[in-house]
Amino acid sequence: MDFGFSLSPSSAVNLDNTDMSLYERLCEREPGAKTCMACGSCSATCTVSAINGMSVRKVILGLQRGQFRDVEKMLSRCMLCGKCTMVCPRGINTRHLILELCRLYGSKEGEL
Amino acid sequence: MRERFASGFDPFVIPFVLGMVFVLSYCLFGMIRILVQLPKADRRKFLLSLVTPKTLLKDIKDIFLNCLIHVKLWKRNPVLGYMHSSIAFGWFMIILLGHLEVMLFLPERIHLFYYPIFFNYFVAETETTLQGAVLFFLMDFFLLMILSGIVLAIIKRVRSRIVGMRRTTNPSFLDRVGLYSLWAIFPLRLLCESFTAHISGGSFLTLPMNWIFRQFLGNELNALPTWWAYSIALGVFMTVLPFTRYMHIPSEMLLIPLRNAGLHILHPRKGFARVQFYSCPGCGVCIDACPMSVRKENLKDCTVYLNRQLRRGNEKRIEEISDKCLMCGKCTAVCQVGVQGPELRLAQRTMRNYGVNPHYSDIDPERFRVEGGSAKVLYFAGCMTHLTPGIGKSVRSLLDKAGVPFKMMDPEGGLCCGRPMMMAGRKEQTRELIRLNTDIIRNSGCTTLLLSCPICYRIFKERYSLDGIRIVHHSVFFDELIKQGKLSVQHNDSLRLAYHDPCELGRGCGIYDEPRSAVSSVAELLEAGKNREESICCGGSLGSLSLNFEKRKDITLASLKNLCVEDPDGIVTACPLCQSTFSNYSDIPVQDIAQVLDNASS
Repeated sequence: MDFGFSLSPSSAVNLDNTDMSLYERLCEREPGAKTCMACGSCSATCTVSAINGMSVRKVILGLQRGQFRDVEKMLSRCMLCGKCTMVCPRGINTRHLILELCRLYGSKEGEL
Repeated sequence: MRERFASGFDPFVIPFVLGMVFVLSYCLFGMIRILVQLPKADRRKFLLSLVTPKTLLKDIKDIFLNCLIHVKLWKRNPVLGYMHSSIAFGWFMIILLGHLEVMLFLPERIHLFYYPIFFNYFVAETETTLQGAVLFFLMDFFLLMILSGIVLAIIKRVRSRIVGMRRTTNPSFLDRVGLYSLWAIFPLRLLCESFTAHISGGSFLTLPMNWIFRQFLGNELNALPTWWAYSIALGVFMTVLPFTRYMHIPSEMLLIPLRNAGLHILHPRKGFARVQFYSCPGCGVCIDACPMSVRKENLKDCTVYLNRQLRRGNEKRIEEISDKCLMCGKCTAVCQVGVQGPELRLAQRTMRNYGVNPHYSDIDPERFRVEGGSAKVLYFAGCMTHLTPGIGKSVRSLLDKAGVPFKMMDPEGGLCCGRPMMMAGRKEQTRELIRLNTDIIRNSGCTTLLLSCPICYRIFKERYSLDGIRIVHHSVFFDELIKQGKLSVQHNDSLRLAYHDPCELGRGCGIYDEPRSAVSSVAELLEAGKNREESICCGGSLGSLSLNFEKRKDITLASLKNLCVEDPDGIVTACPLCQSTFSNYSDIPVQDIAQVLDNASS
């Protein structure tokens, strides 16, 4: 039956199905990740956000939601310029966070 | 002179001979190993430098001045300078004169390499000659010189503050064995030469001592055991030498020619790097110098401990130390041997494997095409200046005031210069960024590239090949404009400003005078407690990968304290990152040089 409209599939992420191990391992190596309050200062200043939408906030959120491919895509354009570190109101060492995450990807320890 | 023993041998020389053979073969094999480890191009460069008269002369001069006389140390701390040169140069002279004696009096024994060392035991004086008297006098003179150095060394070990050092390293067990045997060698030599001085002859030191000992000790009985002790002390020192910090003595003699050949550290353990960390004398000058040392828990993260861990192969600590460093370069600036601590760490950082390797191949340089017509000056603000927009604004305003036509390379934000990537050890990514930026700059048709950020400035100077384009930092550029009269500034007599040397601009690129000259044209220039080559990092450095925000606070506060020794009205720096870092904690205004000039110009 056609009502002239349809329900779009839910885009909500089922957090129970998410593998949080990568996020947890990251938090072990850079505890600052846990203190992110998703203010978006990093997104606003990011050098490459205009190019591929990179943002540390989205990286941290993506990890918690299991969007590993999206995170990898964002990481793959980061230039480590350090602007996000400078503006972060929580003082998160975002460059360390990014480098450690880049190392975890593909390492045995962070295997997906 | 005649020989006392027809064989020219006594068993007491054995400990010395064994130690000497061991240390010489160890050094020889070590040297061959290092040369084999060098990349082919570097090895060629090194061997070529050895046959080029100019570099060879420089090698010899540097080895003489640094290894024997310790000129650099004299300039830094005359007491330590005297201590080191008296021992090194005195010992060298005793060995040299010992050989001279053998050549002069018993040339047939010169092939026995222990003979010059124990000459006084093996000979008896038959007649006094002028030559002999002069030689004996010199021998005693240099021995006295060494002994005075040893006394200073003992005082230094007990109280390092007396010789002007706040902190020094804790020697390891073998270091101590080496140290005590080194201390023992020269008093023992004095004793044994004194015991035999009535047979072999002596001079102002040994003859009177011989006379005194004869009164109550009986020299003949004591002579041989003391010569044994002397030989054993030498043997022990030589045997432990490769495993102690005294390895810096032979190692530095290889480091100097390698450095003069223009080599760079490429691998953190092999080749040139190996010579560097074995050349570390472990003196600990870098502990006081390191900006991280204000935090007690970071005391063991400075270069002297990195070198120790590299020798021991303690991977976990090497990684930790390498990541923490701010890469400010101060340890290299104060190092007497010139060990390049930051370069060793950088090489370590390049060894890592990452699962995600950023690439920028799909970024189109056309996206960043420079607009602005035919202006020949291209201004690249850089990431850090975009975060401190006041600085960028002042630079543009000053350029307008001076009537310099310019165009912006990154009006809406551009690409990163690549230096942060480089300091993280990611070579491929750095290369790609350099290529992209080079394209953008070349296509703009500029002849001058103006930069506000010393971090960018350094990589543009060192790694970009932009022949025909002048790369200039704004502090230098504006200083020139003021001197040429194109930019008129008002001097404010009541304003007192302290200038902070940014690490990348000062130690990194050697620019110290131009910013000072620019500041003094608008205000009274004050100096920091430690300045120029020894300026203290602001703590904001992108060089450190793992040091977090709270831990940097103490560094910033210490650096601010150093800047405020003359109680200035404000602080002026030439780096947007320093400006932003200081502003977080400073009670007085912190401005970039461009902002200060902009306020004072019309």
